[in-house]
Amino acid sequence: MRRRLTLLKAAAACCALVLLGAAEAPKPSDPKADQAAFQAYFRAKFPKVKTEDFGNGPYAVNEGMRKQWEEIMQFPPYDFALDEGKTEFEAKFANGKSYADCFDNGGIGIRQTYPRFDAKTGQIVTLDMAINQCRVQNGEKPLPYQTGLMTSITAYMAESSRGKPFSIEIPDDPRALAAYEKGKEFFYSRKGQLGFACASCHVTGSGERLRGDILAPALGILAAFPIYRSDWGSMGTIDRRFTSCSAQTRAVPLAPQDENYRALEYFLSYMSNGIPITGPGTRP
Amino acid sequence: MASTIRIRAIATGDTTEVQALIRHPMDSGFVKDANGVLIPAHHIQTVTFTHNDKTVFTALWGPAVSKDPYIKFSFKGAAKGDMLKAVWVDNFGQTDQDQGKIA
Amino acid sequence: MRVSSPASMEATRRTTLRLLAALGLYGVIAPSARAAVVNAPGWPEAAFKAANQEAALKALYGKTLEMSDKVSIETPDIAENGAVVPVSVSTTLPGVTSISILVPENPFALAASYTMTDASLAQVSCRLKMAKTTKVIAVVEAGGKLYAAANDVKVTLGGCGG
Repeated sequence: MRRRLTLLKAAAACCALVLLGAAEAPKPSDPKADQAAFQAYFRAKFPKVKTEDFGNGPYAVNEGMRKQWEEIMQFPPYDFALDEGKTEFEAKFANGKSYADCFDNGGIGIRQTYPRFDAKTGQIVTLDMAINQCRVQNGEKPLPYQTGLMTSITAYMAESSRGKPFSIEIPDDPRALAAYEKGKEFFYSRKGQLGFACASCHVTGSGERLRGDILAPALGILAAFPIYRSDWGSMGTIDRRFTSCSAQTRAVPLAPQDENYRALEYFLSYMSNGIPITGPGTRP
Repeated sequence: MASTIRIRAIATGDTTEVQALIRHPMDSGFVKDANGVLIPAHHIQTVTFTHNDKTVFTALWGPAVSKDPYIKFSFKGAAKGDMLKAVWVDNFGQTDQDQGKIA
Repeated sequence: MRVSSPASMEATRRTTLRLLAALGLYGVIAPSARAAVVNAPGWPEAAFKAANQEAALKALYGKTLEMSDKVSIETPDIAENGAVVPVSVSTTLPGVTSISILVPENPFALAASYTMTDASLAQVSCRLKMAKTTKVIAVVEAGGKLYAAANDVKVTLGGCGG
C-alpha cells in the first residue's frame, strides 16, 4: 500500500516536472547579449589583440604567420582582382545604368552593412546576392557565386570600406530574429563525419594549430573577405570558404548562398559589429 | 587586354626599389587537375627589367616560383620620373611587357 | 626523363586530346597540352632540370659553394603555405654577379636565379613553392666564387586536410 502511494507520488512529481518543462518558455532571443558575451570571450582569450586586428584572423594571434603576411601584403596578390573589380563596377549595363544605381552611396563604403535583412522578402541579403539582384533588375545575367568576377566586384567594394567597422542591424522583426537564431544554431551545431561545429575550431580551438594552420578567432573572421587564398591560388568569397570548410570538415557542403550560409554570415557579422573591415585580404 | 605585369618603383636618391607582381599560373607540371590529368608545366622562365634600354636586372625562374609571382630588387642610376620596363617570357613562348614610372 | 619515339608521342598526344575533348576540357586544358615547349632565350635549362643542388650549381656556375656569414637569407620557420613562401636574400660581399636560391627537397633543386648588373644592389625578395620541409640555400656569386647561407623551413599540410 505504501509502495503504491510512493509510486503515485513519484509519477505525480514526474508529471509536474514535465508540465513545468513544457510550460517554460524558450529563452527570448537576445542578440545584443550574445554579442557582448561573444566579444568578451575573445577579448579575454586574446588580451593583446587590438580591436582593429581581429579582422586579420590568424595573423592577429601568431607572430610567425604575421611576418609572412606582412611580406605578402607589400604587394598583395588580390591587386589584379581590385583592378578588374573597379573596371567592372564603373562600367555601364546594357540599359545604361550601373551598379552605383542599386546601392546606397553608389555602392562605395557600404560593405560593412551587409548582410542585411530585407523586410519585403523576409530574406537575409548578402552583398553577393545584392550584386546579382542589381544585375538581374537591370537586364543582366547573374554572376556565378564564389569565384571569378563576383570576387573582383566584392573586392572593390570591400576596399572602399576598409577600416569601417561592421555595423549589422537586426531589426525588431521576428523573421530577422529567426534568421539570426538560425545562423547562431548553425555556428554552434556539430555536423558531419567529424562532428565539428564552426565553434569547435573558431571558438574552442581559436589561436591553436590545426596541422600547419593557425585557427582564426570567430570574432572578425569575415572582415577580410573576399580573400586571395594561397591554397586556392585565386580569390574567393565568404561562401566559397563556407562550402570548402563544410567539405573539409566532412560535413555536407551546401549550395552557394544557401539559406543556412546566409544566416551564418548574418550571425557572424553581427557578432563582429565594431570590428573594422580588412578586406580584401590574403590568407594561407 | 590589361597587362599581366604590375610595377611599383620608388626612387630614394640614386637608389630605386622595384616591386613587380605578375599574373601567371606558374604551373609546375607536378599537379593534377580535378580529373587526375597532369597539368603541363607552364611557367615564366625569364623576366628582364630595363631602364633606358639597359638591362638592370634579370630573373631566371623555374617551376618552383609561386603562382602570380612577385619580385623585389633594387638598382642605382635611375631617377624619379624615369620609366622602367619589364618583359617576361614563358616556356610556351608567350610573353608580355609593361612599363612603370619611377615614383 | 623518358625518351619516346616521335610517332608514339604523337599517338599519345592525339589520344590525350581526344580524352580531353570527351571530358569537355578541350578548350580549357588542350591549348596548354597542344603548345610546344619553347625555352626562353638565356634560360639555363640544364640547371633548372638538375635534380640535386650540386648538379644545379655545376650546370649554372661550374663551381662549388662555401658557406659564408656575409650572405643572409630570410625565410619563415614554419611556412603558412608551402605554395607561397617568402624568401629574401642579401649580402655585404662586393662584386656580386648572381644570386640563386636552391630548395633541395623540391623535385628540381634550383628554384630561381637572379642576374645582377653593375647597377644592382645585392639583394632580392621573391615567393617560392616548397614541396616539403627543406633547407633553403641562398647562393651568391661574387668575385668569381660562390658563397652561401642556408635556413630550414618547415612545410606541412594545411589544417583542414583540403
